[in-house]
Amino acid sequence: MPSVLRYLAQGVVYALIAGLFGYFATSPAYRHADTQRAKLTLSLAHSGDPVHPCRRLTREEIAALPPNMRKLTDCPRERLPVLVEIVLDGRTIVSRSVSPSGLFGDGPSQIYENFEIPAGSYSLAARLRDSARSEGFDYVREAQVEIAPQQRLVIEFRAESGGFFFSAADRARS
Amino acid sequence: MTFLQSRLRWGFEVVEAWLDRIFGPAWNPLYQLGALGFFYYWVVAVSGIYVYILFDTGTTEAYESVEYMTVEQWYLGGVMRSLHRYASDGMVLMMVVHMLREFALDRYRGARWFTWVTGTPVLWLVFVAGISGYWMVWDELAQYIAILSTEWLDWLGIFGEPIARNFLAPHTLDDRFFTLLTFIHIVAPLLLLLVLWIHLLRVTRPRINPKRGLAVGTFLMLVALSFVKPAISHPPADLTKVPGVLDLDWFYLPAYPLMDHFSYGAVWAFAAVLSFMLFALPWLPPRRRAAAAAVDLDNCNGCERCANDCPFEAILMRPRSDALPFEQEASVDANLCTACGICAGSCPTSTPFRRASDLVPGIDLPERSLPVLRERLEAASAKLSGKTRVIVFGCDHAALVESLGSSQTGALSLPCIAALPPSFIDYVLSRDLADGVVITGCRDGECFNRFGVDWMTARLAGTRDPYLRKRVPRERVLTYWAAGADRAALAKAIEDFHTALAALPAAPPPAKMPRARPTASEGVSLDA
Repeated sequence: MPSVLRYLAQGVVYALIAGLFGYFATSPAYRHADTQRAKLTLSLAHSGDPVHPCRRLTREEIAALPPNMRKLTDCPRERLPVLVEIVLDGRTIVSRSVSPSGLFGDGPSQIYENFEIPAGSYSLAARLRDSARSEGFDYVREAQVEIAPQQRLVIEFRAESGGFFFSAADRARS
Repeated sequence: MTFLQSRLRWGFEVVEAWLDRIFGPAWNPLYQLGALGFFYYWVVAVSGIYVYILFDTGTTEAYESVEYMTVEQWYLGGVMRSLHRYASDGMVLMMVVHMLREFALDRYRGARWFTWVTGTPVLWLVFVAGISGYWMVWDELAQYIAILSTEWLDWLGIFGEPIARNFLAPHTLDDRFFTLLTFIHIVAPLLLLLVLWIHLLRVTRPRINPKRGLAVGTFLMLVALSFVKPAISHPPADLTKVPGVLDLDWFYLPAYPLMDHFSYGAVWAFAAVLSFMLFALPWLPPRRRAAAAAVDLDNCNGCERCANDCPFEAILMRPRSDALPFEQEASVDANLCTACGICAGSCPTSTPFRRASDLVPGIDLPERSLPVLRERLEAASAKLSGKTRVIVFGCDHAALVESLGSSQTGALSLPCIAALPPSFIDYVLSRDLADGVVITGCRDGECFNRFGVDWMTARLAGTRDPYLRKRVPRERVLTYWAAGADRAALAKAIEDFHTALAALPAAPPPAKMPRARPTASEGVSLDA
């Protein structure tokens, strides 16, 4: 092949490769989420109460312990499971007893879940039980929330701040 | 598996033939995929250093700094960012095509398992480096990748708390996170370099730089692409929103749509099975390995030619272990030997003229020895008739020659064309075993055994030991490099060679030719 033709052909090959890079570096576009729908994310990492309350040791029990390990109370490490319930417009979308994490069951109970929902106005209720009670909940939060298309509403639980937070409603409130 | 390989191989050979015409064998990109991968790596590294100078770590600063270099400093920062992106894409493409090609050409089994297996982690490291880079821009695409990646990792349940919780809301994201990302984005490519070094440990004279012309062309292509279609960002990340439509980089991010449509567990299973399959491929199914080359110390004078010619570092020279008065002896590491026979082809004692003693080369393949080749050659010659008798020496991995045999053409295939000592060509012509010799093997620039074609070409040209003796009439020797797909062209070349031989004056009778005697460089000391 004459050299001019060869260089021209090489230019064509380079252009094809460049086209390949240029196209697939951004195309075809990918639709990750429906533009009319929204996302609800439930995120929770919370430790339930200890399975038994701490017990004060008797004088004899304390004396029986090695001197360097003597203490007044005996507290179990294990935690109770945490019961979580999320209700959206009267429909329960989560109702789960979440076991504590860790080899000895002494870590926090954890949930991280996503739900795709249509955009709109919802009555949202979040409830959590972390004690040994058999009825009712220790934390309850109910609110009317507006969720716009492509919005992400995060339901978070922070015991130290008082319980549940709904990111959309709380932002609107603030 | 074999069917898939043969189809892929055919496809590669067709494309390679076109690229040979356009670029020539020396610049053919498909013959230098690994070297091109390295070249892209260096472009990524240099452009990355510049981008890093302008980059700010911070939840808002990251995006702003990338926008600055893309928009305000488009002529340099923007070009560097685009080079960084497209060269990274080039790395992925080269890596994948390189793997496919080695698979198609069956260059991953036997002693080559090590290079294949150590290449597999390169895939993971390249993806970690690339994905962390996309993450650093902190635009909508980065947000999408961040959330899916962390949810995917959380599926393993190995973290104390789900790491995806870092991306619940803007306030949960820390500036230090970008410092961590930068660390990962720098460490992964450095680790990659280390793994690549290990990847090439068992390869003699690895080609890590493409030919200059190809490198220049590739670089100009990247620069042109950077101006024509500069890399740009999506809108800034907003954790209160769900990104809708994304311009994915399909070279790096094809796993993310899978995560959207299948469970994280399924994607982990897919990744694990794929990785396992890639690791295990050299043994799927297990295949018997040809016996490694063996050294015959009585015929080895420690000349080092075999060690110099071995493409796989399988031959070491070590101090003499017997009483012969030579300093060194060759030693074969059977784990590294691919039984290509190039060592036997280079050995000065591999001369078929030996009659006073048995033909026992200093190094040879036990299963395809040179004495047997000489017997096959003489048997093939005895069957030839006609005015122009031709012996074809071919290679098992190139155009198959044995089916080209006829009453006028005898064909012998070797594990590599460089397994043929040039003295065999002299032997054929000086002993009147044929009127012409055809030497054929893999296409120029692309030898199954890496250097077979190069070494044979140099031996014929008299620039690498063992030389083809000057007395051999070159007009009676045809070299034609042909892949499997070029079999018809090879057959035509042989036919034309018969015609050319017929037009030559008759060869002098063998009795009048000087007696073949190995030169000093051919190891006369042992050829008694």
